[in-house]
Amino acid sequence: MALASFTRRTLAACTLSALAFAPLAHAEETQLTGSGASFPFPLYAKWAKDFSKKNKDIQVQYQAVGSGAGIRAFIAETVDFAASDAAMNDEEIAKVPAEKGVVLLPMTAGEVVLSYNLPGNPELKLPRDVMNDIFLGKLTTWQDERLQKANPDVKFPDDDITVVRRSDSSGTTYVFTGHLACASDEFKKDVGHGKSVDWPKSFVGAPKNDGVAAMIKQTPGAIGYIEYGYAEATGQPMATLQNKAGEFVKPGEASGQAALASAEFPSGDLPGYEGTPDLRVWVCDPEGKEAYPIATFTWMLMYQHQDEEKAKVLRDFVEYGLNEGQKSAPKMGYIPLPANVKAKVEEALKLVGGAE
Amino acid sequence: MVSNPFAHVVTKFSEPPSASDYAVDKALRMIVQGAAAVILLLVAYIIFELGRQALPAILSFGPGFLIGTDWNVQEKVFGILPEIWGTLYSSLLALFIGGIFGVAIAIFLTQDFLDHRLSNVFRTIVEMLAAIPSVVYGLWGIYVLIPLIRPGAEWLHETFGWFPLFGTDLAGPGMAPAALVLAVMILPTVAAISVDAFRRVPYKVKEAAYGMGTTRWEAIMKVMLPTASSGILAALVLGFGRALGETMALAMLIGNSNQISLSLFAPANTLASLLASSFPEAGPVEVQALMYAALALLAITLIVNVLGLWIMKAATRKFEGKA
Repeated sequence: MALASFTRRTLAACTLSALAFAPLAHAEETQLTGSGASFPFPLYAKWAKDFSKKNKDIQVQYQAVGSGAGIRAFIAETVDFAASDAAMNDEEIAKVPAEKGVVLLPMTAGEVVLSYNLPGNPELKLPRDVMNDIFLGKLTTWQDERLQKANPDVKFPDDDITVVRRSDSSGTTYVFTGHLACASDEFKKDVGHGKSVDWPKSFVGAPKNDGVAAMIKQTPGAIGYIEYGYAEATGQPMATLQNKAGEFVKPGEASGQAALASAEFPSGDLPGYEGTPDLRVWVCDPEGKEAYPIATFTWMLMYQHQDEEKAKVLRDFVEYGLNEGQKSAPKMGYIPLPANVKAKVEEALKLVGGAE
Repeated sequence: MVSNPFAHVVTKFSEPPSASDYAVDKALRMIVQGAAAVILLLVAYIIFELGRQALPAILSFGPGFLIGTDWNVQEKVFGILPEIWGTLYSSLLALFIGGIFGVAIAIFLTQDFLDHRLSNVFRTIVEMLAAIPSVVYGLWGIYVLIPLIRPGAEWLHETFGWFPLFGTDLAGPGMAPAALVLAVMILPTVAAISVDAFRRVPYKVKEAAYGMGTTRWEAIMKVMLPTASSGILAALVLGFGRALGETMALAMLIGNSNQISLSLFAPANTLASLLASSFPEAGPVEVQALMYAALALLAITLIVNVLGLWIMKAATRKFEGKA
């Protein structure tokens, strides 16, 4: 009798203590949520997974909803961090509550490549003027003499050129049209520079990088622009492009880094935030001889003033991405940050959380 | 003591409903009315919310928005006529193809062409088409359907290029693959509801027709089809509504080009696909324009449904002789 009551009491005590401690154990887990650009998603997802594996009590969630939606979520304060291929413009920065503040950090970089569908997958060299005319809708057949002249060994089909573009508004389009608008005034005037632009009506639109990639693969005589990482992953042919110096350059880690090394960051601070460096920079038409012409950074957006505990976790995560994380970048089709950029980002990272 | 031998059969004689029956009736009525009211409120709220967010765009673009043909975010010029055209054109094509096949399937399954058990199996298979996710239809379109129709499309364009329907070459995505996939997507809706419509026709009607000496096809075309017409029309209206609102598969297959073309092989665009493509990255002004476009899509769907109901009523009066 006494034993039974003892057992019962012990059981009750155990249950009680279990109940008491359960919420505590749970509360120790920190959740970071972020959303934004789909271009760096594969890389950020890998960082998040590896980082959580090392720090068992931290969960990082990143949703690829698009740069614009990421910025909207950031302004609405529904995320801990956001990501955008086009950073944020001054207007958007002004909308972030002043007591929160903004820090913009370039985290990785990528290239935009031209993929195509020609019989036998020949290597394709595209001179600047030819590429420009194709995307202006002026050059419409593969049987063009300028194309033949640049690629004497290629037997072009008697096909029209089907240009595949992004149908959704996207950072990839922003970067690609940025380059063309830089290189040609006519393109800037007729098509424009932006996340979605006024393409010629004969172009075919497909959603997302994988949509464009699939459409090119399925359409004989097609050409279109996709992220280097996606082309690499699907094993699609990539055109060799002529850069500003007149050289023909293949996309890849080295040519991408050569392009980004020429980036000159603005000297001032972010508008409205004194002391926060402005790390928004584009290299729309890099000068270097080895530089691949279309490369860009992609940014993470953070609040400057926030709860110190969370800020520390955020800083740890970014720190991890800047060091360990950069190692997985080239394998996945991204360009690791050049050393000078990395140093700038590390400096700016100290501002997150407001603790100097 | 002799017990009632039928006690286990008849336990209760007919009697006026008890107070509890009334209470249950009343409660059920209230729940149903409440549910209906909630649906109405929800629709009203959606329209209000869309209208509120679209208001700045409505004020600044006005009705010109509906007849503009450009969607240029950079210059803040927005017009959705090509999308309205593409939405209606693709849905009508899909309704035409899917409608013919859907009703044909319903006739095949209900008019004793097949053993009853076999026809149930077929019906289940057709209904399973509805369970396939939209994005899978999109991929199927890209990888299977487009290569399949390309030779035929090229031949049509080369031979009948002067005919507006075949006026352009099929580049890949375009109106034809989109409409075909849409037709497959609305097929289960049209077929399943038409099957129900045919099954609802009393058996005596068919017997009477045969009794008058009709052949099987006369019975089907002149008696069964008109009698089931209101149900079939309802099926078509539902299918059309589904086609109007389909998003993902169309965004993948229609080519998303803002142009108005009669050609079946030209890329086009629809309202739903415009919304799906542009929303994630849209800035504030574009979001307002998109809300305006969503409002237009809602209005089109509403008009189509009202028109459909009206045609259905007229048809019922004509074929079934009801007032």
